[in-house]
Amino acid sequence: MESQLHSSDFSGNSSEDEIQREKRFEERIHFGERIEPKDWMPERYRSQLIRMISQHAHSEVIGMYPEGNWITRAPTLRRKLGLLAKVQDECGHGLYLYCAAETLGVDRNDLTEKLLSGKAKYASIFNYPTLSWADIGVIGWLVDGAAIINQTPLAKCSYGPYSRAMIHICKEESFHLKQGFEIVTTLAKGTSVQKKMVQESVNRWWWPVLMMFGPSDKESPNSEELMRWRVKLHSNDSLRQRFVNGSVAQAKAVELTLPDPELRYNEETGNWDFGSIDWDEFWQVVKGHGPCNRDRMGMFHKKHKEGRWVREAAHAYASRHPVN
Amino acid sequence: MELTEKLSEQVFDYLLRHADDRLVLGHRLSEWCGHAPMMEEDLALANIALDLIGQATLLYKLAAETENCGRTEDDLAFLRDPSEFHNLQLVEQPKGDFAYTIARQFLFDAYDVLFLDQLSLSTHPELAGIAAKALKEAQYHLRHTQQWMMRLGDGTEESHRRLQDAVEDIWRFSGELFVPDNLDQTLVAERIGVDLEALRPSWQETVSETFREATLDLPGEEQYFASGSRGGYHTEHLGFLLAEMQVLQRTHPGATW
Amino acid sequence: MVKVTSTETETHMPLWEVFSQEKTGKPHTHVGSLHAPDATMALQNARDSYARRGSTNLWVVPAEAIVASTPEDSPMFFDSAADKVYRHPQFYTIPRSVKL
Repeated sequence: MESQLHSSDFSGNSSEDEIQREKRFEERIHFGERIEPKDWMPERYRSQLIRMISQHAHSEVIGMYPEGNWITRAPTLRRKLGLLAKVQDECGHGLYLYCAAETLGVDRNDLTEKLLSGKAKYASIFNYPTLSWADIGVIGWLVDGAAIINQTPLAKCSYGPYSRAMIHICKEESFHLKQGFEIVTTLAKGTSVQKKMVQESVNRWWWPVLMMFGPSDKESPNSEELMRWRVKLHSNDSLRQRFVNGSVAQAKAVELTLPDPELRYNEETGNWDFGSIDWDEFWQVVKGHGPCNRDRMGMFHKKHKEGRWVREAAHAYASRHPVN
Repeated sequence: MELTEKLSEQVFDYLLRHADDRLVLGHRLSEWCGHAPMMEEDLALANIALDLIGQATLLYKLAAETENCGRTEDDLAFLRDPSEFHNLQLVEQPKGDFAYTIARQFLFDAYDVLFLDQLSLSTHPELAGIAAKALKEAQYHLRHTQQWMMRLGDGTEESHRRLQDAVEDIWRFSGELFVPDNLDQTLVAERIGVDLEALRPSWQETVSETFREATLDLPGEEQYFASGSRGGYHTEHLGFLLAEMQVLQRTHPGATW
Repeated sequence: MVKVTSTETETHMPLWEVFSQEKTGKPHTHVGSLHAPDATMALQNARDSYARRGSTNLWVVPAEAIVASTPEDSPMFFDSAADKVYRHPQFYTIPRSVKL
């Protein structure tokens, strides 16, 4: 059952028609217009957006697990409330994003099936384990920090529902980053055990976080097209650099070191040059061989399977009580 | 509010037991985060958990102020042993399946709206204030759990069976909700606390009506009811719950988080 | 080895569009959508999903109930309105001394 607010099927008459439509479509985007669900769009635009938005949604959902691990062990009432609220927000973000994807003519159930079957991807960063409380701070600081840099430009992307979902998400993200950095600061100024805990955490998360921005654009075949369509607004490398520049100063402020001996300020470019990323590790994790891929997917499978009888019950009740 | 030393101690104990209820129950609900039957329910259960833990925090803070010997709300939550916790056994039971969680939550929510309604009339102004705010949240929680009681009870054969089983299991913990001890009686006399026995008829009415709509059977008359939790007597589950909850504070005494 | 999904068909949960009124007196605006089995749960879920940071009123509408104009209709429906200046206050002049 598609919403009237959702995409309509538009069959072109001839390839000449198609070319004209695509030209007009690209003009609209060039002039900063938003594409809405019922507008004509090239099939590739639709399919790329479905892929991007659903991948983003899956990431929010799977991302609940690494942080969710520590809710029951959060060390103070304030931290317990803060972490639970954050993970709840992440769930909410997944919800907004699935709904944005659905405006393109897919059903949330289909997207869930793709995730369950392993066909769909989610951010590889969530395949790393949260081994100490410090990881909660570091994730808020670095992982959410990187996500904000990636996501803020998307609030201006060409597809209306995605850009609106991103505006909503960005408003909520700022508390996540602050909360994370506050935890990091508290630990860095704490006991010697706490200082060691947070430094150790940074040492584990830094490189996987840099991989979050994706491979260099030279390796990304889709980049040029996505940029023309204003679905991707900056190169992976430029966003990664922006992130590194910001993080160096932040780490310095709390006397933490970043685990990169090649980190050096470049006077000419004004950027912090950094060492090489181990792209083998990245591809291994993407292919399913990271430390937590099986655990994360196992949990998601379990959640889905164990929830089936509840969803069926709700459906059965609704059928028997039509006006509610 | 100016209290005598004795009354102050009594108010402290009272605050603690009700804070303990909400912290432990909120903790159990938070275990669902990421594991609920649908995303909308992850949000809903997290919302209830946040409300309860928020209420616990306010009560612990007030307790710490009342005790006035340097303990903070976190000291009270994270550094007391299981036998010093005075929460109901009802709330420490494991989360079980979704039916179990809903059954337990519903029985508590039906009690809580009545309890908080009365507590908001307490002559202790801060306590009354916390109760008044919490009452709005409890009304929302009850609506949510009532909706699920009906959907699971009158859903499919499987959901009905699971919910009926859950009710049979959890029922023995519901008696304690309305059994006052000496502390309750003393504080009722001071017009600070709530007359628990007086809440029972309304609770029974709400529960019976909901069960009827949900096509559930009320558990039989002859039931053993658990007791003793207000005196620190618990089931085996609380030990495990607190061990997990308190681990960081216990491992790193004196650290700031 | 990641298990494949069961062959049972997944329950279809209807789609609802959510409209939120930020403050009393303001119009309801579309804030997103959600899936829920029925109207009561939809409203309940809308509050948890879209009103965590404040709202005074929520509407939930079955997505299929919404009738929308199409982009093809736009010129006919909307363009000529922009030309009708007599609908806009700037078209009219009032003596400066008069307060309306």
